[in-house]
Amino acid sequence: MKFLFKTDYEDDIRLFPHSGYLWTYGTLLILIAAAPHFLSSYLVSQLVFVSIYAIVGVALLILTGFTGQASLGHAAFLAIGAYTTAYLQQFGVPFPVYFLTAGLLTGIIGAIVGFPALRLHGIYLVIATISFALIVEEILARWESVTHGNEGLRVKTIQMLGTTVPRDSPGFYYLCMGVLIFVILGAINLLRSPTGRAFVAIRDSETAAKSMGINVSLYKVKSFAISAAITGLAGCLFAHKLSFISPEMFTLQLSIEFIMVILIGGAFSLHGAVLGAIFIVMVDPFLTFLKDDIPGAIANLSLLLGAGAERAAAIEKSSAAFASANGLKGAIYGFLIMAFILFEPLGLYGRWLKIKLFFQLFPLYKRATFKRQKIYVKSERNR
Amino acid sequence: MLDFVQQLVSGIALGCVYGLIALGFVLIYKATEVVNFAQGDLMMLGGFFAFTFIGILGLNYWIGFLGAVIAMAAFGMLAERLVVRPILGYPQFTIVMATIGLGFFLRSVAGMIWGTDDLKIDTPFSQGVLRLGGLVLAHDKLSVIAATLLLCLLLYLFFNKTTLGTAMRASSENMLAAYYMGIPVKRVVSIVWAISAAVATAAGVLLAPITFIHSNVGLVLGLKAFPAAVLGGFGSIPGALVGGVLIGVIESMAGFYLPQGWKDVAPYIVLLSVLLLKPEGIFGLHVRKKV
Repeated sequence: MKFLFKTDYEDDIRLFPHSGYLWTYGTLLILIAAAPHFLSSYLVSQLVFVSIYAIVGVALLILTGFTGQASLGHAAFLAIGAYTTAYLQQFGVPFPVYFLTAGLLTGIIGAIVGFPALRLHGIYLVIATISFALIVEEILARWESVTHGNEGLRVKTIQMLGTTVPRDSPGFYYLCMGVLIFVILGAINLLRSPTGRAFVAIRDSETAAKSMGINVSLYKVKSFAISAAITGLAGCLFAHKLSFISPEMFTLQLSIEFIMVILIGGAFSLHGAVLGAIFIVMVDPFLTFLKDDIPGAIANLSLLLGAGAERAAAIEKSSAAFASANGLKGAIYGFLIMAFILFEPLGLYGRWLKIKLFFQLFPLYKRATFKRQKIYVKSERNR
Repeated sequence: MLDFVQQLVSGIALGCVYGLIALGFVLIYKATEVVNFAQGDLMMLGGFFAFTFIGILGLNYWIGFLGAVIAMAAFGMLAERLVVRPILGYPQFTIVMATIGLGFFLRSVAGMIWGTDDLKIDTPFSQGVLRLGGLVLAHDKLSVIAATLLLCLLLYLFFNKTTLGTAMRASSENMLAAYYMGIPVKRVVSIVWAISAAVATAAGVLLAPITFIHSNVGLVLGLKAFPAAVLGGFGSIPGALVGGVLIGVIESMAGFYLPQGWKDVAPYIVLLSVLLLKPEGIFGLHVRKKV
């Protein structure tokens, strides 16, 4: 086990605590850069979605994971970013300008949403953000002069520095990955600054934070604004990736998917956003695999086990019907949410930490190290 | 004028529907301080159960109704045992997410079992119409209003007059202190989930002639019941009814007098303004925290 001996405050907030980090992240960077050359175009396109989901995941982590303000309305912020992109594009605004405008505008709207949220906490905040998202969805469907209502808007390919960047080109992949890395570095820097420390203090105890002289309202609004702005940037990329946007893409289900990203990845570390995004985006390819390959495999297995050919065919048919049933994705999502909350509350990154600690401490690992403390909340009505 | 009264009455009928679902939220919130996002989906499942008993097995309406209520009460206990009890005592948002997951799961599984078509139950109230002067009232809507009033009254008495009701309120106030006082908190939570699922089923069956039964009905109506519960003050039984009726009337008036599109948004605008101006709702308690 490696002990980090810290002698200085600078050691504590260093971006790369020791040389091992440089090696790991350097290798990861090389792999990311090389990915379009050895992965199929389908997988590269999935990776683009991973990066977009991960950007939103980082935004949600800042708000929910580090400031403790739950939000089920991030699909609305994504929609605002996407529609800003599509709208400004019609007037020939260059990519860098509308990309930043999307982030800025969404950030401002996020701050406006943050103000009412100051008086709310816990469940009321969840309900308020849901209503905000539903209202935005309805506005997008009705404000036809700008959004073209339910017909949706086309998004043209990116024009930058005299070249076009089509949505399935390696160039677009590098753009998304670049934004993701930039956002993650920004978030790390934010979290080791006084602002980030204030966020964490508010999450852990609002009363304690207040008595330490932190302006709780100011930092909550800041957290909302930053989170919304990052989501707006993701919205711009999302619009370009889909090349067509309409209101029914930004539903409550998408907001829930974003919460799932940090829930599955682990809501206490930025690693969680990326791991969760990979997990969520890969549900779709997994379902395709389930539809295409599993029924045949089950039929072969039942043949091997001595079933007749007719019976095997029947089994193949019924398992294919099950795998292509309409609601399967929803059922899997619902099951994943419950399973992770019940059995893996620290998410995938938590599992990785547990495995790492197991080998570092072998044979002295105790399961209780990561056990959650029950708190038996007193009534929140008397807050 | 007649138009106005007709809108008002149909708004009240609609509002009672929201009130019935909000009642389910309020029950679970009152006993455990958890908001059950799967409430609408319990209602949907109750409707499907009733459809299976009445439509497929061909039982008498009232027997099927009772059967569905009992089956769903058992299901509510099961859901509580499997999903909620292991995480009781953890932060609120964790439990809320778990119920969102449960709702997702139930919705999809119900769609896979019963298909995605609109289903209908023949009820004794399906046909009749009550005429009062120029006013037309369908019996199915009247049955919803009557059932909501009755259930509200029963539950109000239950919570305020019986020992079990007091135990439920105590365990929501301070779970640990309730344990020390000898209240079997786990069983109390289990019972409240059963009651809440039963109320949801009653709502689902009564709604069957009006909204039909399909796998998304719970999501749609459940989201509308939130404004009702918040407006009445989360945790107040008469509040759920009053909030529901207000939201129903607002929605139906907005649909009639305002341009298209306002109907769906109006409840949420009301919700946000209530949260801004009077977060504790109309009947809610507001107590300052002592540090």
